[in-house]
Amino acid sequence: MFKPIDSRAARQLPTVAIHIDGRAVRVAAGQPLATALLAEDALPLRYTAVSGAPRAPLCLMGVCFECLVEVDGRRNVQSCMVEVREGMQVRRLNGAPRAGGMV
Amino acid sequence: MSAYTHDLVIIGAGPAGMSAAVTARQQGLSVVVLDEQPRPGGQVYRDVTKASPAVARLLGPAYRYGNALARRYADSGAEVRPGSLVWDIAQDLTVTAQQANLSFSVRAPQLLIASGAMEHPSPLPGWTLPGVMNAGAAQIAMKTSASIPDGRAVLVGGGPLLLLVACQLLRAGGRIAGIVDTMPAGNRGAALPHLPAALGAPAMLAKGLGMLGTLWRAGVPVFRRAEDVRMEEADGSRRVGAVSFSSEGRRQRLDADVVLLHHGVVPNTQITRLLRVAHQWSDSQGCWHPAVDAWGETSLPGCRVAGDGAAIAGALAAEASGAIAALGAAVAVGRLETGKAATLAGPWRARLSRQSRIRPFLDALYRPPAWLIDCADDTLVCRCEEVTAGQVREMARLGCQGPNQTKFFSRCGMGPCQGRMCGLTVTQILARSVGRDPADVGAYRIRAPLKPVTLGSVAALAEPDRITLPPAG
Amino acid sequence: MQADFDTLVVGGGVVGLSVAYGLVRAGDTVCVLDGQDDALRASRGNFGLIWVQGKGLGNPDYAHWTMQAAQRWGAFAADLEALTGVDVELRQPGGLTVGVDDDALTASSRKLDALGTALGIAYPYERLDLQALRERIPEIGPAVAGAIYCPLDGHVSPLRTLRALTQGFRALGGRHESGVQVQQIECLDSAFRVQAGDRRYHARRVVLAAGLSNQALALQVGLDIPVKPIRGQLLVSERVAPFLNYPCHDVRQTGEGVVQIGGSKEDVGVDDGTTIEVMARIAAHAVRCFPLLSDVNMVRTWGALRVMSPDGYPIYQESARCPGAFAVTCHSGITLAPVHAGPLADWIRTGVRPMHIESFKADRFHVQTH
Repeated sequence: MFKPIDSRAARQLPTVAIHIDGRAVRVAAGQPLATALLAEDALPLRYTAVSGAPRAPLCLMGVCFECLVEVDGRRNVQSCMVEVREGMQVRRLNGAPRAGGMV
Repeated sequence: MSAYTHDLVIIGAGPAGMSAAVTARQQGLSVVVLDEQPRPGGQVYRDVTKASPAVARLLGPAYRYGNALARRYADSGAEVRPGSLVWDIAQDLTVTAQQANLSFSVRAPQLLIASGAMEHPSPLPGWTLPGVMNAGAAQIAMKTSASIPDGRAVLVGGGPLLLLVACQLLRAGGRIAGIVDTMPAGNRGAALPHLPAALGAPAMLAKGLGMLGTLWRAGVPVFRRAEDVRMEEADGSRRVGAVSFSSEGRRQRLDADVVLLHHGVVPNTQITRLLRVAHQWSDSQGCWHPAVDAWGETSLPGCRVAGDGAAIAGALAAEASGAIAALGAAVAVGRLETGKAATLAGPWRARLSRQSRIRPFLDALYRPPAWLIDCADDTLVCRCEEVTAGQVREMARLGCQGPNQTKFFSRCGMGPCQGRMCGLTVTQILARSVGRDPADVGAYRIRAPLKPVTLGSVAALAEPDRITLPPAG
Repeated sequence: MQADFDTLVVGGGVVGLSVAYGLVRAGDTVCVLDGQDDALRASRGNFGLIWVQGKGLGNPDYAHWTMQAAQRWGAFAADLEALTGVDVELRQPGGLTVGVDDDALTASSRKLDALGTALGIAYPYERLDLQALRERIPEIGPAVAGAIYCPLDGHVSPLRTLRALTQGFRALGGRHESGVQVQQIECLDSAFRVQAGDRRYHARRVVLAAGLSNQALALQVGLDIPVKPIRGQLLVSERVAPFLNYPCHDVRQTGEGVVQIGGSKEDVGVDDGTTIEVMARIAAHAVRCFPLLSDVNMVRTWGALRVMSPDGYPIYQESARCPGAFAVTCHSGITLAPVHAGPLADWIRTGVRPMHIESFKADRFHVQTH
């Protein structure tokens, strides 16, 4: 849903590999996880625990809590507030997560 | 009560926080800055220290200005703790924060809250659909990852930031399918009396006119006085596909891949509400702001607020109010004489007054339309707990006089965003439903944690030796 | 003096509305005066337990009264739902008090045995060792010794209960006025006159159910109601998939999936704040009992003030000086809601005292010692 302003320049930037629901992708380093997920079109990021409605980032500045995903086993992490890291395991959420680990 | 660890604790490393740190260090105060982001800048100068020359050029001189401030801040000698999530502040100003899931506390006789602003909520039908974002979010994506919406973007709302984002997207090669201007017809007339004062800020007015010119030359369609705006899902796609609205008596529909909403910015009062300092309601901006004196001090002694978190006036004003609050803190801890502080504050006050001159004009011109808050019964107001405007009105009919009883009855505001996204809307809907002033209706009581933290990390604090400061940096 | 209502209830929390609901149901005309949005409201900090186990040691009346309440909850909840459509999420699968060591469990079971003896019954409970507890809650942590299980316990959503009571009371024709701060209560010849700002109300009876405000209000009708605040702090988690099928004394999972954790009892005056020290202690206990909670997010916390009498039991008292003026106060408003709406409301209306409330008079605190 998002694209680089300058794709030639973007190709020369350092990248890291992250895993979205087990699928490995290379994304530009030094950016918030949320923008990487937008660029990968990995939407919706989650289905709500209340009604199962699809959601995706709204504010990208830490106030809306719409961009929650599971990061390295930790549920409900604001993806706009963490930077991508090499090997990061990201899982999109479906409803209320189970306490104490993945299904 | 814990001992003092510093003279001044600053929360937030945007223009106000950075400027306060620089000024306080010049007066010899020991300073610690807690900021949630990995790099300084706040939202306005987000990632300015690492932006590529191309991105910096695209975002313009007002953005690049932040680089020099960030450099002074880095050299100031303040203890800098990026990636710190502040989650509790006690009445004795003990600040508890987390870095990497580990909590620690700092405490100083002076606390400066410089946590900035957020965008006014835009509770429109369909605003929870993936692909609908705040306009500010598009700008943050440019700053943090040099990316822009792919495909057709439609901007909805009004205000200087909306125009700026539109121009920046155009310059970055984005496609803008239209601007759905929701500013009501009456705003221009209401703004007119404030125009003479605004003419005292010719550069800012010229910038505004310049942006309008850019959009006009680019042939971006602008739909004025839009009402009844709805975001529609593209069939079965689980994301937005179009925006429909009425403009000048005609129903319109624009296909869109991304919709960017903006109805102005408002102080983020989560921290000042936690501290229960006095707040005032601004009718013209439809928001709360903490009441502060000339040195930024709130009704809680030693607790100051600077920047857009106190009153919306922009980055240059935030830098000034941060410096002034730091001078106030220096006086309070006995490092600076009152007369000297007044002299040092002089140029900053002059800047503040210059920057504030245009505000009444902008506030009137871009006052969000009343229908935005008078939203239809089926519109989601609380995105987290999925509570509609109609349910909030039903709570008012059940006798809920304010947001706290409404929250208890409906779960509105109980989700992870802790009422940030719905607070202003709920206060205003209730005010209209019960026929009272928003100032009397009040706001959500904010409690720790300011943001969700894991129970394990809180439990770890039960072992006293764990409440120590991890190394800075 | 013409009375506008049969009964005026001061206080729109769980206690006041339960009584008011019972009165209006029985045919009285009733008006509830509720406070401001930011009033100190014990109801808002309620944990939602319908708790029987251990209650009434030293006062068998309280044990009977509580057991009667728990038995009536099913019908009470069904009534509320039929009237309002609100499901109060009543579950009464029995409740657990988790013990971290054997000594604590032994002490608890001795207490229950003693209570059974006092009541002349075999008190219904089981002492579960860790293995037996794990069969009921597989997620229990290894660092606990076991639990006391009592089949009489349960839980309910206090939010939904208060909402249903408000809605039900209104549906039955009750008048509910909110944002009202009562200043003055006068006993006239055949009625009470209650002044609140520029509003004035007349009624044949007044029921004071204003929590901590009862003390000051009661003096105006010649009653001495010695209550004081005892703070409890609560932690509330994000929604997680259901894992806890039993309410525990300090931890329960709500119908929404939210985990509520409580446990503090603090004598700190009128301060409804939260403190890091207590939050940490509460979280540590919960994580010890349920290690899987360790990486669950805490979303909200709450400090609420219990309304405590000197001996912890309810106070139900009619004024001798101003007959028709009643004070009703307790800290178990949720557990006792059905008896407050039933026998207690009948007493207020008809003067017939139900069994087991004789020892809840206020004058028990004013016995002259010789």
